[in-house]
Amino acid sequence: MYDIAVIGAGIIGCSIARALSKYRLKTVLIEKEPDVANCTTKANSAIIHAGFDAKPGTLKAKLNVLGNAAFDELCQDLDVPFKRTGSLVVALKDDEIPTIYKLHEQGKNNGVPAMKIMGPDELRQIEPNINDDAQAALYAPTCGIIGPWELAVALAENAVDNGVEILLNSEVENIIKVENGYVLFVNERNIYAKYVINCAGLHADEINNMVAAPNFQIMPRRGEYNIMDKSVGKLVNTVVFQCPSKLGKGVLVSPTVHGNLLIGPNSEDINEKDDFETTKEGLKYIYETALRSVKRLPAGFVITAFAGLRARCERGDFIIEEAPGAAGFINVAGIESPGLTAAPAIADYVLDILKKMQVEMVEKPDFIKKRRSVVRFNELTNAEKQRLIEQDSRYGKIICRCETVTEGEIVDSIHRNAGARTLDGVKRRVRPGSGRCQGGFCSPRVMEIIARELGIDIARVVKDHPESYILTAQTKELDIDNSDDSGLLT
Amino acid sequence: MQAEYDIVVIGAGPAGLAAAIEAKKNGIESVLIVERDRELGGILQQCIHNGFGLHYFKEELTGPEYAERFINELIELRIEYKLETMVIDLTKDRVVTMVNSRDGLMTVQARAIVLAMGCRERTRGALNIPGTRPSGIFTAGTAQRFVNMEGYMPGKRVVILGSGDIGLIMARRLTLEGAKVLAVVELLPFSSGLTRNIVQCLEDFGIPLYLSHTITRIEGKKRLEGVYIAGVDVNRQPVEDTEFYIECDTLLLSVGLIPENELSKAADIKIDPATKGPIVNESLETGVDGIFACGNVVHVHDLADYVTLEAQRAGASAAQYVKELLPRKRTGISVRAGQGIRYVVPHFVNVDNLKDTLELFMRVDDVYKEKNVIVKLDDEVLATIKKKRLVPGEIEHIKIKAKMLKDKAVSSITVEVQKEGA
Repeated sequence: MYDIAVIGAGIIGCSIARALSKYRLKTVLIEKEPDVANCTTKANSAIIHAGFDAKPGTLKAKLNVLGNAAFDELCQDLDVPFKRTGSLVVALKDDEIPTIYKLHEQGKNNGVPAMKIMGPDELRQIEPNINDDAQAALYAPTCGIIGPWELAVALAENAVDNGVEILLNSEVENIIKVENGYVLFVNERNIYAKYVINCAGLHADEINNMVAAPNFQIMPRRGEYNIMDKSVGKLVNTVVFQCPSKLGKGVLVSPTVHGNLLIGPNSEDINEKDDFETTKEGLKYIYETALRSVKRLPAGFVITAFAGLRARCERGDFIIEEAPGAAGFINVAGIESPGLTAAPAIADYVLDILKKMQVEMVEKPDFIKKRRSVVRFNELTNAEKQRLIEQDSRYGKIICRCETVTEGEIVDSIHRNAGARTLDGVKRRVRPGSGRCQGGFCSPRVMEIIARELGIDIARVVKDHPESYILTAQTKELDIDNSDDSGLLT
Repeated sequence: MQAEYDIVVIGAGPAGLAAAIEAKKNGIESVLIVERDRELGGILQQCIHNGFGLHYFKEELTGPEYAERFINELIELRIEYKLETMVIDLTKDRVVTMVNSRDGLMTVQARAIVLAMGCRERTRGALNIPGTRPSGIFTAGTAQRFVNMEGYMPGKRVVILGSGDIGLIMARRLTLEGAKVLAVVELLPFSSGLTRNIVQCLEDFGIPLYLSHTITRIEGKKRLEGVYIAGVDVNRQPVEDTEFYIECDTLLLSVGLIPENELSKAADIKIDPATKGPIVNESLETGVDGIFACGNVVHVHDLADYVTLEAQRAGASAAQYVKELLPRKRTGISVRAGQGIRYVVPHFVNVDNLKDTLELFMRVDDVYKEKNVIVKLDDEVLATIKKKRLVPGEIEHIKIKAKMLKDKAVSSITVEVQKEGA
């Protein structure tokens, strides 16, 4: 029996779960995937937007600006990499100049602070590698870059620190309304909760339709990206946007918080909610389009490609409201860009809805606001490294050469609350395999550590999904039965 | 553990082992070799196939056997080594920062350094192959480690992209372990592997080799389910109507090796974009005083035996440097890769350091048949060498008598493949 069930452990579900954990509420966070942050949260532009894009008066506009302002404190409390780099929207043709003035006005109406229009010279002082065609730009200093999945992981961890339960590999199959609440059918288990918050992202419409009449539809829109090597990570200093079009904010070129370079996305409406394929045409398009804004973008430095799906809905704005005819069931849906930026404000907005519903919200005096800090070995001074290894020798064993990740960091990522259970889970938390060799050297070692720490056979360590096995059998032995994955579930 | 060494060798694969041994044999007492893996020998330890040592020992050994000979010698010579120790920084003043569990963080001043970090494999990301991102995609070397070191199989139905030697070796290895290798797919119209490996690893097992083909798409949401393969045109672009599908659970990538020079860059060492390794002279000294480099960190070699020979020269040179016997004239003859040659190593030659001969190592940029390789001293043709066949997968060697370079005041050596009709 829970007070509140949150469906979906992406950035929105994790933000709401953490916000709820400040109160004396019994909260459960339910996720169908094997890890938090495993869908749209792990595949997006990783930008904290300033807030000039959204139409004034929309929830998107309001929550973007409010959310943006929350990130300094949030990321400090949760020890999440975040940097306010500022952004530029670059006008590459004469007829694009009115667009940046329009965005400037719109930003002012939305309450975005400190923006300004820059001429060609000033622009080049900030971005020396900007294309020669660039004539002017809208500069917004409050724009930032972040590790989105690291934020979601940190929010989930802190929520668990404060008493929230997380159920992974747990797909909500059906929901029925009962007296004073709902029963959720999950993995042959019945979960009873007084209130339900639907943050199911791409599947939010399906969850809504379990309890309410269809009132919105999620239509996936795919975006493809490339990550480039750190050796070209300083090609730009800010997030460089081109002028927006109907399909979105266009292709951006951005540094990442880890020092790589990100280019993308394209924008393509697709039919399936699990179609994360990159395409030859898409990757070609983002590279060629990125070349429009930044010169000297070297093609040979790509280290990986990925695709993410935007949970777009036809209403054009965020849907954050009680589902029609379903008391106590709140939809948080259609959270496409700037959803990541708005996440902290969306969580507060949901708290307000719950308060209006007369949910008893008593603050916990013992709420732990800060997450135990994360060791990032390669960011320490030599003296700090030495001290750390003296305390725990596992910090002296470097497992990932490219990103300088130690055994100590990997073990910690597994044993934290909402800890890693998979190879990708470890990668997202502490980065082994994110570098230029993409796990070629370290993946066998990381798998060995996961197996040892979880007490399972190495052949049962998976990449991500329970069926994404990596090894099939011991050499010269019979096949390992991969069907029993119970050892992997939390 | 001392804070100062005469020579620190970074990496204990075939290059590092031979360099350290040679330095010690040249009278340097204080030599330290640093290895990041659990044992000495580097990648040789996972190369359990034979074919090592044919040139150097005149007998056929496996990788671990080949390594063992050097490891035994290293131990007999009482050369100090550190395992599971990672060098995390190197300065141009030859200060090495390294870390391990036992000693913590160590800072060591060396009089000379030998870089022997080897190389890494190119990945799927570097090729930007479109499709999904399931499990079941491995670089050939990672799969080799799983099978030969950890004792686990990476899959059952295997396609291999790239016909580099590791891919060919793994085609045979996985077949012997009961997997079905369905195809080896090579973008180029020729294999980049050794001929003997094509015969012994593919032909002997009836594994089809698709030349001028590539993988156009990867399919499978969780585990790999299959790959699309297409023929490519002369510009190496896929030809659409040639596309076909192979159902498989495993894809190995053997698509090239990249010298690992992150430390070299930290020490401000200049890198040759063609080799992706340091620019070196005849003594294997880099552009930074007292820092030498050898093996696959300089350029990717065909055989471990050649790595050993190069590393011995680097180790001996480092020893000479420490003894202040290595002539310090920095300017010298520049060596140029002309038409048809992708790179030549060394990049510079100081004739004072040459004994009897200068040996040049090079790779061509394409397949050439019945062509002449021309060596020029400045603008004058020194030699024209007839070649039946030149392939990018095999390194060519040319020896030049030191006397020829000393007699004339030569400023450049150029190697080129003679143009058609010349």
